[in-house]
Amino acid sequence: MKRTIPLFISAVTGFVLIGTAFIPKFVDWGNDAMAWFNLLAAFAFILGGGNLLKMQLQKISAQQPGWGYAAVTLIAFFITLFVGLAKVGVNPSVKFPEFAWSGEFQEEGSAFWWLFEYIFYPLSATMFALLAFYISSAAFRAFRAKNTEATILLSIAVIVLLGRTYAGVWLTGWLPNEPIIGTSGITYSDFHLPHLSQIIMDDFTTPGMRAITIGIALGVASTSLKVLLGVDRSYLGSDQEA
Amino acid sequence: MLETLQTLDRRWIFLAMFLAVAVPLIMGTTFPEEPSDQVMAVFDAVENLPDGSNVVMALDYDPASEGELQPMASAFTRHCALKKHNIYFMTLWPQGGPMIQRSTELLENDYPETYKGKYGTKYVNLGFRAGNEGVIKLVVEDLKKSYDTDVQGTNLNDIPLTKNLKNIQQVDLLCNVSAGYPGSKEWVLYGSAPFDIPTVIGCTGVQAPIMLPYIPQQLTGMLAAIKGAAEYEQAIINAYPELNDNLAAKEGLKRMGPQLVAHVLLICLIALGNVIYFWERKQGTS
Repeated sequence: MKRTIPLFISAVTGFVLIGTAFIPKFVDWGNDAMAWFNLLAAFAFILGGGNLLKMQLQKISAQQPGWGYAAVTLIAFFITLFVGLAKVGVNPSVKFPEFAWSGEFQEEGSAFWWLFEYIFYPLSATMFALLAFYISSAAFRAFRAKNTEATILLSIAVIVLLGRTYAGVWLTGWLPNEPIIGTSGITYSDFHLPHLSQIIMDDFTTPGMRAITIGIALGVASTSLKVLLGVDRSYLGSDQEA
Repeated sequence: MLETLQTLDRRWIFLAMFLAVAVPLIMGTTFPEEPSDQVMAVFDAVENLPDGSNVVMALDYDPASEGELQPMASAFTRHCALKKHNIYFMTLWPQGGPMIQRSTELLENDYPETYKGKYGTKYVNLGFRAGNEGVIKLVVEDLKKSYDTDVQGTNLNDIPLTKNLKNIQQVDLLCNVSAGYPGSKEWVLYGSAPFDIPTVIGCTGVQAPIMLPYIPQQLTGMLAAIKGAAEYEQAIINAYPELNDNLAAKEGLKRMGPQLVAHVLLICLIALGNVIYFWERKQGTS
């Protein structure tokens, strides 16, 4: 029963959503199903919070290396949760002044807004910006022309890196718009780095990505059918197939 | 010399990268940009709409990617404001709320004659909803099943802009700025493609190859990375020369300076690394 009911719900919901593409009557049912899905997605935040608590508390209780960071995570989590839920520093909404908690929790000047603007925002931006330093270090130590494939990859990377900035115009902008060989149609200006960069994106990257995308879509379709028909039950917490 | 480089402390590389980004940024160096066809397709999609059209602005990014994507969001917002479009803001990312705030502040502060005090009649902030693709599937079929109120808790039936809006199939254009999942790809798969909603997107450089296959059938155009943002800003400045003196309208253009120097530094580092590698091979130490 514990497995049958979730399997039944998944199958019915899935087939209803497939039906919305073909049967107009199913559209409203599909919308109801999606509304329920959105409710479930909101509950997923609670599960996520619970999982975070469990993992960090395990680290602290076992005194694992770095357990201090887990403690910082938990403290930050509870402070943010409290100021968000209690709407600390939020003024009542002008539309509902009689309700003290009617304001928006992210209202400018509120404690939650302050935490976001002055702690989360700079930390988050800094973490992402650090990538530039790691990439530069990797460029120096790891990008080696060890074989033909690596050499091609490096050459293309250099063309794209230069072509996506004004450096490409500086270096090759002087090439004239004249044919190279008679009436071949190829001109010197075809070798402008920004143009070459665009050719790489349009004629090599796009077809490759298109093929990968079609492959993924076929995989998704077959996996989805297995889930809807109850063949693949791994989402129920088991790795067994029927 | 090469022996020294072999054992080079990586902190010197970090310092070089720091200078490569900081110096052009402080100097405010900008370079001329020529909008590509793809960027012009985005520009035309917004420009060719009649004044006062309805545009959904889905901003699906967070502070981590704001450096790359905020110039696009600001440029989209600015362009829509110049055309006096009605704008519906929404986000699928929990951290997207404050990103929307930056755009609404731009509307109120830079275009007060059109947008100041016009919340609900010229623009509306629907805010965040959990559910990723689920939210997209709902808003394209039945908006009020997903969003019954705006961020201020006002019922959508009481807001002039949303009162008669059944779903976003009724809008004239969808602009999406996204840093990943859920974002541009999901909007195309579940929104624009099945319902033929004209869509333009701005995305990170990493996402651009993933979105390329959808152009021009499902996507009208795409701004890829800061380069796309800079070209779009240039296209707007070309069409509205009065913006030429507005530094806030050149955020993307300003960021192309650090990008240029950082890219050149990366190429130099790759070349230097390979010189050392081949020298080591010659010495028989690799």
